Amino acid sequence: MAEVLVLVEHVDGEIKKVTLELLTLARRLGSPSAAWAGPGFTPAAAAKLTEYGADKIYVADAEEITDYVVAPKAGFLAQLVASAAPAGVLVAATAEGKEVAGRLAIKTDSGVITDAVGIADGFAAEQSIFGGGVNVRSRVSRGIPIITVRPNSTTPEPSPGAGAEERVTVALSDADKAAKVVERVKQEKGARPELTEAAIVVSGGRGVGSAENFSVIEKLADALGAAVGASRAATDAGWYPHQFQVGQTGKTVAPQLYIAAGISGAIQHRAGMQTAKTIVAINKDPEAPIFELADFGIVGDLHQIVPQLTEEVEKRK
Amino acid sequence: MNIVVCVKQVPDTATERKLSSKDNTLDRDAADGVINELCEYAVEEALKIKEAHGGEVTVLTMGPAKATDTIRKALAMGADKAVHLVDDALHGSDALGTSHALAQTLKKIGFDLVILGSESTDARTGVLAAMLAERLGTPQLTLARKVDIDGSAISIERVTDYGYDKVTATLPAVVSVVEKINEPRYPSFKGIMAAKKKPVQTFGVADAEIDTAQVGLASSWSEVTEFAVAPPRAAGTIVKDEGDGGAKAAEFLASKKFI
Ligand SMILES: Cc1cc2nc3c(=O)[nH]c(=O)nc-3n(C[C@H](O)[C@H](O)[C@H](O)COP(=O)(O)OP(=O)(O)OC[C@H]3O[C@@H](n4cnc5c(N)ncnc54)[C@H](O)[C@@H]3O)c2cc1C
Ligand SMILES: Nc1ncnc2c1ncn2[C@@H]1O[C@H](COP(=O)(O)O)[C@@H](O)[C@H]1O
Repeated sequence: MAEVLVLVEHVDGEIKKVTLELLTLARRLGSPSAAWAGPGFTPAAAAKLTEYGADKIYVADAEEITDYVVAPKAGFLAQLVASAAPAGVLVAATAEGKEVAGRLAIKTDSGVITDAVGIADGFAAEQSIFGGGVNVRSRVSRGIPIITVRPNSTTPEPSPGAGAEERVTVALSDADKAAKVVERVKQEKGARPELTEAAIVVSGGRGVGSAENFSVIEKLADALGAAVGASRAATDAGWYPHQFQVGQTGKTVAPQLYIAAGISGAIQHRAGMQTAKTIVAINKDPEAPIFELADFGIVGDLHQIVPQLTEEVEKRK
Repeated sequence: MNIVVCVKQVPDTATERKLSSKDNTLDRDAADGVINELCEYAVEEALKIKEAHGGEVTVLTMGPAKATDTIRKALAMGADKAVHLVDDALHGSDALGTSHALAQTLKKIGFDLVILGSESTDARTGVLAAMLAERLGTPQLTLARKVDIDGSAISIERVTDYGYDKVTATLPAVVSVVEKINEPRYPSFKGIMAAKKKPVQTFGVADAEIDTAQVGLASSWSEVTEFAVAPPRAAGTIVKDEGDGGAKAAEFLASKKFI
């Protein structure tokens, strides 16, 4: 069976859930090979990738790979495409994942499909476009299929693979080293689940009113074991850090449940949450467009409703 | 400094957007064309850099004849001139084809700095800037929420999952911007009038030495094989808070087994 390359997403050696989803998808398309780029590879990481089906694990853990923007990762994958002749390559549809896929497409003269929400036989990709308004099926017609897949597109299922490790040295060109990362600034993350991976997301918007009042949103999120999101109005106002912005220029989330409090539902916000399975909206304006999407909506003041909901959730635990 | 801003015309997100059943490409006649929002931020950043460091701002758009409206908008904001890449052979190009066409044109017109939006509202691929950097062999300074230039040194703050990275490089470079970077100016009446007289050069595939085997629908590396309008979401239940809104929401969540 031909190999299907999966680029591993990890932060400080911790593998992201989306990688396990990609391995699960890859198993249906061929023999999954995980490609690990950058430092932090550990036996625990190897075990995890193997548990979810990796037959091979290619490891390029030189510091250099992550010292420069995107190009080295694309070079690493291109090298594997040349040596392993895979049937396709799967990358997480994060902002950076898409950039890696784009450069890889040029290096390997192959087509790239971004933001797939599913992959059928023969690497036929399913996409949801125009803010969820149109469903599209597309395929790569030249070269090997390079597909970026949105987090939460499938449920990760363990099914152990062979897990054979192979070290890879990536030869970087001067062009690969043209944009150097000189500092990484990590902003608070906290103990909540990762926004793009969470099963439940509770988001606050301008209606929350202040940075302090975001604690109302956080308390509900914590009661539900959810991630916290924010609209652009809230991140622009400095009430919540930008990496929690949901929408066209923030994160795209597809949780089981999305709760929007004090968010009007502008098209740019909808672009990031429209594919949530269940949507609950809390807004004092009955005309707010978010209610068009809501499975359940409450017209009223979020400062009354959200704390009451939090209390009810705690009670039922 | 020679700054080129890549600007795209997209269908207005406020109108109904469609694919054409003829060839499964975007139906550009179905909706009004407007400037892609993030491209306005790219134009604004180019103007700011010009104001601080001198130079000239050129708008580069690949798109059908009606994309001139979008070019005029960027010129009205203050860009100096434009290049409009327009040719039937380009219709239906995918990201690889578009990046080839734009890269060839950029080589032709020359640049110290290329600025793009990080994503368009229609294709939403977000790959163009990375692809241009790859094709041009220039540093990729993408997803910038801040750009600083000092002589030929350029540095950005690149938005990441965990915060941001400080990234440095040397010009020439390709930059893409996120919406946190600035607040785009509105064109003034004077700007709108002046835009009418600013030079817009039209390029066809031959002028930019674009390889026609790499652009257009037939040469696309990917294709849409089928599409269907998504079934509308079933209408939800909307209730008014009578002091028990939170409790009602909890009942709903319980009925769906979330709690
Ligand atoms: C290029 C570009 C990119 C963008 N990207 C994004 C993006 O990624 N994400 C994003 O979210 N937006 C994005 N936007 C912005 C978007 O257009 C909206 O401006 C934004 O989503 C509005 O945020 P909001 O709903 O919180 O604020 P508003 O639209 O001001 O809505 C606030 C809502 O809160 C309600 N409210 C107020 N007080 C209360 C209360 N006490 N109780 C209950 N309800 C209350 C109001 O009725 C109102 O409906 C983008 C815009 C542009 C131009
Ligand atoms: N046809 C085009 N002409 C000029 N610039 C473009 C074109 N298509 C995309 N771009 C640029 O690429 C960015 C990202 O677009 P996309 O990859 O479609 O999400 C846009 O914000 C533009 O700056």
